[in-house]
Amino acid sequence: MVTSTAPSHLTARERARRAARGGPSRSVPASLLVPALIAIGFLVLPLVGLLIRAPWSHLGAALSGSDATQALILSLWTASASTAISLVIGVPLAWVLARSSFPGQRLLRALVTLPLVLPPVVGGVALLLAFGRTGFLGQYLDSWFGLTIPFTPIAVVMAETFVAMPFLIITVEGALRSADQGFEEAAATLGAKRMTVFRRVTVPLIAPSLGAGAVLCWARALGEFGATITFAGSFPGQTETMPIAVYYALETNPDAAIALSLVLLVVSVVVLLSLRDHWLRGGSAS
Amino acid sequence: MTHEGSDGLVVDAEVRRGRFLLAVSLMAAPGQVLGLLGPNGAGKSTLLSAVAGLTPVSAGRITLTGQVWDDADAGTFVEASGRPVGFVFQNYRLFPHLTVAENVRFSPRARGMGRRAATSIASHWLDRLRLTDLADRKPDQLSGGQAQRVALARALAGQPALLLLDEPLSALDAGTRLDVQAELKRHLADFAGPCLLVTHDPLEALVLADQLIVLEGGRIVQQGTPAHIARQPGTDYVAKLVGLNLYSGHANGSEVVLNAGGTFVIPDQGRRGDVLVAVRPSAVVVSSQRPQLSSARNTWPAKVAGLTLLADRVRLNLEGQPSALVDVTPAAVAELSLDPGSQVWLTVKATDLEVYAHSERQPA
Repeated sequence: MVTSTAPSHLTARERARRAARGGPSRSVPASLLVPALIAIGFLVLPLVGLLIRAPWSHLGAALSGSDATQALILSLWTASASTAISLVIGVPLAWVLARSSFPGQRLLRALVTLPLVLPPVVGGVALLLAFGRTGFLGQYLDSWFGLTIPFTPIAVVMAETFVAMPFLIITVEGALRSADQGFEEAAATLGAKRMTVFRRVTVPLIAPSLGAGAVLCWARALGEFGATITFAGSFPGQTETMPIAVYYALETNPDAAIALSLVLLVVSVVVLLSLRDHWLRGGSAS
Repeated sequence: MTHEGSDGLVVDAEVRRGRFLLAVSLMAAPGQVLGLLGPNGAGKSTLLSAVAGLTPVSAGRITLTGQVWDDADAGTFVEASGRPVGFVFQNYRLFPHLTVAENVRFSPRARGMGRRAATSIASHWLDRLRLTDLADRKPDQLSGGQAQRVALARALAGQPALLLLDEPLSALDAGTRLDVQAELKRHLADFAGPCLLVTHDPLEALVLADQLIVLEGGRIVQQGTPAHIARQPGTDYVAKLVGLNLYSGHANGSEVVLNAGGTFVIPDQGRRGDVLVAVRPSAVVVSSQRPQLSSARNTWPAKVAGLTLLADRVRLNLEGQPSALVDVTPAAVAELSLDPGSQVWLTVKATDLEVYAHSERQPA
């Protein structure tokens, strides 16, 4: 015969919660709790370290004492430019991947999302080999137009776009796939041609995902390091973005590095907050 | 059947979707409301979708007043956006990001009308459908009946030559449905072009349609006026919808030998061949013992298999030769102490039998 186990203490609060909402116990077994706490510590403690070591008393001086402003401005406009480019060419590509069918589509999708998993420095090397002064495209740009891309702000934008655009594409493609195409059919019966449907119905309907994808893309572009430093180098004021500035400042001026990191942390938190409705709803993101 | 050269909508086509084949030939004259009645999966929505240009036909053609919209043999196809169609979808499909006014203005704008002209057309239809006060609302702030009116206004604002309604009232609750139905009937009467109305609600079909086509399994199984179809259903599906007992059998002059067992004496002498017999559930009399002297010609034993309480009467499901659904009063159930398993006698007068030829298709 099975006998009941020894009673344990149930707090009045837990008793009320279970009575009101039902469901099993919400307490966490120790064998799960300990590793979970370690994970929390691992993720949070470094950021706490950043806050503790921050030169709060002379934060302004630390920031202005470096090329921080230049780097911040460069980072902001290049990340914004690469996001804009991603919207202009990435959204149509997402539409092509989601709505049309052609041979090799699966391969194309794999290629498009490759930069998501590719080490960014490899992306930088690849860009250099393609658009560098002796690259297979770059040599013509150089000899025909006298255009040299590497180690210019344009190279920064290209490196960031290369790495960040796939984030926008997969977000928008997913939204297009799950969008109710009934609305597009309705628009067609109302006389709307395909571009009108895209502009007036499809895009507005996926606007939340479009926004989320753009923010994600922008955040990824802002943090880009490997591809940028490989393809664009690190000329202060020209191609030295915030992450690169942080990296170099750490050797020469740790206070400035911490201050710059804080700025990026604040930007990231703002991005996260702006995404919270879309991205952080416990897996129920639309 | 061919309708070449007719005014209005002419469909003479097949649409193949996987293993499902829709093969229909029909026409709808200007001003006519042609109801398409049928169970789920009969191909009603597929037909609308083909007429709207959302699905190309796999054989045959679709024309509106001589203009070819789709011709599988010639390879002609007019895209959905190029067909002057007003489509009211089952769940309306109002654009959620646009206001009511913007929804209604969508079609004139999409068809190339200037902003001012489109706005004036839209406000005309908003007014006609009593939506002016709701013009600035978003679709998710509308009741079911209001959303239905917006969908109709949006379809009509495009000045269509043909109106397609896919179960226009099915998303409404029973309370608002009758009001909206009456209003829809008025607007349909004002519409000059042909109208196709898909429904699986017999009442909706009877009230709104001038002509009915019954679709089952991708084929037209019956065609005629609503009154005709309600009185002489051609298939079990329609008989169930209109609440009649339907028997198929073979007439040999004064009797019909039913295919499912049993015999009916019929009033019209001399009828021969395959026939259908329709019997109203209220025309059958239930007795606990075999009636002795009666003018009724048809008497047979049956067993009660089930009882269902309807609004004001009880519907008996009776097994016998033949089986029947019979309506009696609750008092009768009590007096005859009817339970599942009770043995009873059924009687029906020969003059209460509706006997008609069993044909695949009734003349329109």
